[in-house]
Amino acid sequence: MNPKTMGQYKDREGLRQQQHRGCKMAIHFREALKTKDFIVTAEAGPVKGANTEKMQEHIELLKDRVDALNVTDNQSSVMRYPSLGTCLLVKEHGGEPIFQVTCRDRNRLAIQADLLFAYSRGINNVLCLTGDSIDVGDHREAKPVFDLDSVQLIHLVHTLNSGKDMAGNELDGGVDFCIGASATPSADPLEPQLVKFQKKLDAGVDFIQTQAIYDLEELKRFMEHARKMDGRVKILAGIVLLVGAKMAAFMNEKVPGIFVPQHLIDELAQAPKGKGLSKGIEIAGRLIRQIREEKICDGVHIMAIGREERVPEILEAAGLEGRET
Amino acid sequence: MSREDNKIVAFCCQHSAYQVANKAGRMRLHYPDNVRIIRVPCAGRVDVQHILKAFEKGVVGVLVMGCQEGACQHLTGNTRAKKRVKYTEDLLKEVGIDGGRVKMVNLAPDMAQRFVGEIKEMAEKIEGR
Amino acid sequence: MIIAERKPLEEIKNMLAGYKKILVVGCGTCTTICWAGGEKEVGVLSSQLKLASSGEGNELSIVEATVERQCEKEMVIEELRDKVEEVEAILSMGCGVGAQTIAEIFEEKPVFPAVNTTFMGMPEKEGAWVEMCGACGDCFLDRMGGICPVVRCAKGLLNGPCGGTRKGGKCEIDPEKECAWVLIYQRLEKQDRLDLMRKYYEPKNYGAVQRPGRVEAATA
Repeated sequence: MNPKTMGQYKDREGLRQQQHRGCKMAIHFREALKTKDFIVTAEAGPVKGANTEKMQEHIELLKDRVDALNVTDNQSSVMRYPSLGTCLLVKEHGGEPIFQVTCRDRNRLAIQADLLFAYSRGINNVLCLTGDSIDVGDHREAKPVFDLDSVQLIHLVHTLNSGKDMAGNELDGGVDFCIGASATPSADPLEPQLVKFQKKLDAGVDFIQTQAIYDLEELKRFMEHARKMDGRVKILAGIVLLVGAKMAAFMNEKVPGIFVPQHLIDELAQAPKGKGLSKGIEIAGRLIRQIREEKICDGVHIMAIGREERVPEILEAAGLEGRET
Repeated sequence: MSREDNKIVAFCCQHSAYQVANKAGRMRLHYPDNVRIIRVPCAGRVDVQHILKAFEKGVVGVLVMGCQEGACQHLTGNTRAKKRVKYTEDLLKEVGIDGGRVKMVNLAPDMAQRFVGEIKEMAEKIEGR
Repeated sequence: MIIAERKPLEEIKNMLAGYKKILVVGCGTCTTICWAGGEKEVGVLSSQLKLASSGEGNELSIVEATVERQCEKEMVIEELRDKVEEVEAILSMGCGVGAQTIAEIFEEKPVFPAVNTTFMGMPEKEGAWVEMCGACGDCFLDRMGGICPVVRCAKGLLNGPCGGTRKGGKCEIDPEKECAWVLIYQRLEKQDRLDLMRKYYEPKNYGAVQRPGRVEAATA
C-alpha cells in the first residue's frame, strides 16, 4: 500500500462497501496475485455504441468467476466504448477491472489524466500496451499517436505511483496502481522480443498476460527464459477462444501477434458442422487444464472475443468451475 | 478520319525489325502505306516521350519493334522497351487513349510475315475508330 | 533526398480546370532523381495534358521549364521570371518546398502541386525508394545501429519491437516490410553492441523542433 494514498480513503474497505452495496466483492487483484495458486482473468469487450446492456450482462456473468476482468481499449484499432467506461461498469457491479491502456490513441497528457481519473474511481489495475496499428482497424485514415511505447508507459505509471507526473510536478492526490504488461511467447524471431520483455520486467511489473498461446512446448521454452529474467512476476498465458477453422486461419493472417498452429486448424476443420465453437471450447479447456496441471505458468488470461458468454463453459472444460474468487 | 490521315509509326531496331522491314520490301509484301518506319539503334532507345510526342502530332498507333527476348544486342534494351511501352499504355489510358494503340513487338531478322501482320493488325485497330 | 510521386492525372486536370495557358515546372534535383518531376517528367505530363485537353476540344497551351533546384529563390527567379508573364497558372513538379517557393515569389499566379511529396529516403534499387528519415530533430542513430526506428518502425517505438511482429521478422502493418526492430537487433548483434538495444529509452522529445521549424546558422 502506498503511504501517500492511504490518507485518501480513511476507511478503504468502507468506501468499497459503499460503492458495491449489495454486490459480492472481489478482492483486489494485487492480493489475488500474491495468494492464489492459479490465477484466472478474462476479458469484457466493449461494444461499438453507447448501449451498455450487453457489457453489463457479460460483467455479471464473469465477475465472480475470475480474479479480474480486463477491459480492452479500442481493440484491434476498432473504435468502441472506452475501456475506462467499461471498467467503471465492472466496479459498479462489484467486479475487479484491469484497465487496458494503449499508446495508439492518446498522448502522455491524456494517458496521465485518464489514469488519475481511473484511480479516483477505484480502478487500481492497469495493463500497459503499445497498441495495434491503425491499419488493422476500421478508421484507417486516423492519425496514430504512439507518443509513448509500452515500456515508457510502465515507467509512467511508476512515476505517478511515486506521487509525481511525468514533468516532475507533485500530484495532489496520489495513485497506487498494480501494473501489468504483455508478452509474445510465440514471436519469430524471439530474441528481440525477449530484449523488450526484459525491459518491461526491469521497469517493474506485477503481472504479465501473454498473447494467445497454443503450443505448450513453446510456452515452456518462453517460461524458461522468463524465470531466468525474473522469478517472481506472475505470468498468465493468453488463451484465445477459436470458433472454427476459418476464424483460426483468419486470425493467423490478420490479427497481430497470434499464430495458430496447423494441427489445431485441422482439428477444428474436422469438427462436425455447427460444432466448431464446441471444439474451440474443448481446445481452450484442454490447454488451460494442462497448463495448470503441469504448473507451466501462474495462470491464464481468457480472451473469448465476442463470445464472452461462453467463458463459463471454458472454465468448466478446464476444471476450474466453482473456484473461489 | 480518312485512311491517308491515319498514321502509324513503327520504331524499328536496326538489328532486327529494320532488317525485317527491308526484307518485307524485297519480298514485295504489301502493307498499309500510311506507316512511317523509324530506324533506331535499339528498341531501348525509344523513350516514353517519343511515343507521346508522336500521338501529339496526330499519330494514331505506335509499334515498338525490337529483338526477341534474350537476343538484344545491347542485352536489356528490349526489356526496357517493353516496360516503357507498358507504362506509356497506362499514360495514354489516363488521357482516354486506349485499346492497344501502342504495342511492343519482338522480331527475329527473318520474320517478314509477322512484321507485316503486326502492321496490318494495328491499321485495322485504328480503322475501327 | 526528398521523394515524391506524381499525382494521378485526373486530380491534376481538376486543379487546372478553367485555365488555358500554364507553366509546367520541373525540379532538377530531388524530383528528377526519384523520377517524379524532372525535365523528362515535365515533358511526359505536358504531352498527357495536351492530349487530354485536345481530346476535350480545348487544347491547353503549355510552357515547359525546369529549375535546377526549386527551393532556391535565385534559381527560380532566374529560370522563370520571363516565362511567368504569359501564363495564368503554374504547375510545379517539385516537392512541397519547391512549389511553395515558387508560390512565394510569384504571388499573383496560382501555383498547383503536380506531385505528392512523400518522405525523405533513398533508392533501395533502381526505381524504388524507401523512407529513411523523419526529420525529428533529435537524432539518435548512434544508439540504434544506424537504423531509425522513428520512421522505419511503423509505430515509431523507441523500445521495440511491439508484440505484433509477424513471423520471419516482418512488420505488423505490412508483411512485405521488415520489422525495424528486428533489423536493429541484427545490426547491433553484428557489431556486438546489443547492450544499446537493452537500454531503456525515455519518451521522445517531440518538442526538439518547434513546428514550423526554423534554423539559423550562427555565421549568417
